[in-house]
Amino acid sequence: MNSETATVKQVAFEKDDVGNFSFPESHKFDAGYGLTKDTVDYISKVKDEPAWVNEFRHKALKTFESKPMPTNWATRDLENIDFDAIRYYLSDGAKPKRSWDEVPPEVLETFDRLGVPEQERAFLAGVEAQYDSEAAYSNVKEALADEGVIFVTCSEGLKEHEEIFRPWFGKVIPTGDNKFSALNSAVMSGGSFIYIPPGVKVKHPLQAYFRINSENFGQFERTLIIADEGSEVMYMEGCTAPKFETATLHSAVVELVAMKGAKIQYVTVQNWSSNVFNLVTKRGLAHEDAEIRWIDCNIGSRLTMKYPGVVMKGERARGEVISIALANDGQHQDTGAKMIHAANNTTSNVISKSISVGEGRSTYRGQVHIPKHLKGCKNNTECDALLISTNSRTDTYPAISVKGNQHVTQHEASVSQVSEEMLFYMQQRGLSETQAMSLAVNGFINDLVEEFPMEYSVELKRLIDLEMEGSVG
Amino acid sequence: MSLTIENLHASVDGNEILKGLNLEIPAGEVHAIMGPNGSGKSTLSKIIAGHDDYEVSEGRVLLDGVDIAKLAVDERSRAGIFLAFQYPAEVPGVSNANFLRAALQARLPEGEEIDAVAFYKDMYAKMDELEMNRKFTSRSVNEGFSGGEKKRNEILQMIMLDPRYCLLDETDSGLDIDALKVVANGVNSMRSENRGFLVITHYQRLLDYIKPDYVHVMADGQIVKSGGAELALQLEESGYDFLKTA
Repeated sequence: MNSETATVKQVAFEKDDVGNFSFPESHKFDAGYGLTKDTVDYISKVKDEPAWVNEFRHKALKTFESKPMPTNWATRDLENIDFDAIRYYLSDGAKPKRSWDEVPPEVLETFDRLGVPEQERAFLAGVEAQYDSEAAYSNVKEALADEGVIFVTCSEGLKEHEEIFRPWFGKVIPTGDNKFSALNSAVMSGGSFIYIPPGVKVKHPLQAYFRINSENFGQFERTLIIADEGSEVMYMEGCTAPKFETATLHSAVVELVAMKGAKIQYVTVQNWSSNVFNLVTKRGLAHEDAEIRWIDCNIGSRLTMKYPGVVMKGERARGEVISIALANDGQHQDTGAKMIHAANNTTSNVISKSISVGEGRSTYRGQVHIPKHLKGCKNNTECDALLISTNSRTDTYPAISVKGNQHVTQHEASVSQVSEEMLFYMQQRGLSETQAMSLAVNGFINDLVEEFPMEYSVELKRLIDLEMEGSVG
Repeated sequence: MSLTIENLHASVDGNEILKGLNLEIPAGEVHAIMGPNGSGKSTLSKIIAGHDDYEVSEGRVLLDGVDIAKLAVDERSRAGIFLAFQYPAEVPGVSNANFLRAALQARLPEGEEIDAVAFYKDMYAKMDELEMNRKFTSRSVNEGFSGGEKKRNEILQMIMLDPRYCLLDETDSGLDIDALKVVANGVNSMRSENRGFLVITHYQRLLDYIKPDYVHVMADGQIVKSGGAELALQLEESGYDFLKTA
């Protein structure tokens, strides 16, 4: 294991191929390949973590090692992850930057490639950009800081704000929830910690862009968002990964806590390259009258497994998952939602749309749980699948467990195809086959795209156009 | 300048549907094709548009003298061929405005963007002519449209895309008399010496409002009789029985 290595590698910058580009790598800290107790200690040491965090990591490592792969229900492709061929921690060691002037030019270039408009960057309430595992830039506007809003990296959160951070950390998603939440807990780095004080309504979305930029580098962000009583916040997370030939692993854990009457919206647009394993655990805890919405778009990756969940713990709490998944050739989007009703008069809504292109495969897995002793709970689940080619595949596994008779649940599912007739019609109006297909796909998800913030809906449309290129004919 | 069909033979799944069809539609003229069900009228319009269900085994279609055999459906469209469908497809989630805009955008050179303000102004003006409600622009293409709304929408697209040759396939079917008049007015407003029309219809009724220069009778994959506008009236009176003896 090298304590300090600097590797420099230049990967060609292909101008017209969005999502297939990279920047020179230069890492001051590198935990090397493979995962042992030493890896965990190395990360703790580099990050100068308190003892309790180091202990937390070691326990998690044991849990990770003891848990089998969930291949009894999930795809066997998981067995192809070679945990010894992954580097678990890389960092350039730079302290988070506070102004744009200090941000390295290649990072700014990344922002340009992602198309974050200049005026919007200034407009955004706070921007945290993750370049490899540490934040290269972190900024909270003064106005927000004045209101007591905390928006920092997770590492900073656990050190500087332990009294708020620690009571909720690992409580919504315990380490042993699943094998990958345990992995994340052992080697987590990066990610955000956000705290919104009571009654504060953050007007503009807080935003973070994540990237994987080192070959064979698993990225393990850990995010905890706490919205105190009556507060409101929207968090936006976007990912685009450069292409590499060997598989990379992304395994994040995101925990949300909405106290009484608080509202949290968590928006994700992901466009992973098709060699990434994206195994993410996301869950929110909604107290009385609180609302948690996951708005999620998954494009790309070799395998995505992600089922955002909401535990409705307090009366009248609301949970919602709006999700779009697009699986292209060689990709498997295994996504869904978990709605756990744990109080009376709680309401959940799941709307999922998936698109399978070429030999792409999409799977919907949903879990709705309403126990017998509750009353007045409502769930609505809709999942629609669109198949682009005859080779495309979709599966739906809804598990709705509703006990007792004082609840209202509704479940609808559909599978459709872009018909020859529709394509001929659009082509007769002058659209190429690709344009016609893009338009049809955009039409299919249009009502969900409207749920995304404006800037994301534009990016989403662009991503879908790119995905449809070369997928027909 | 003309849309010319020369000795066209075409088949689907091995069944020959067009059996040596000849027809010339010079720009500036309106030609009507009538004929009994199953005579191949609708097939003809789809083949001209380039539908790949049909195999052309012989003959050719010339657009202003150029053979379009190698052009794909969308290329033919951009070259100036417009087909108003008898049963227009629905495109869920895509608004009429976005659809039209995409179709117009597809006609611009790379890097050129459509002027949104001018586009809406133009579209609204054309919609007024066709007595269409403004709310229509944000509705999904043909989804939940009545028969009349679908046909008006076809004509709106035709006017907006400004084609060289218009093929109207049974545009009168499913229209009440008021809608028929509006649709016919739309077509008539487009008549010019630079544009040719092929109007396919089962009934004389439409031709009361869109006066054809020539009427052709199609039967068993061929044009069997041609004449002036009076031929349509004649057919209305005596039907297609003459075909049996002919």
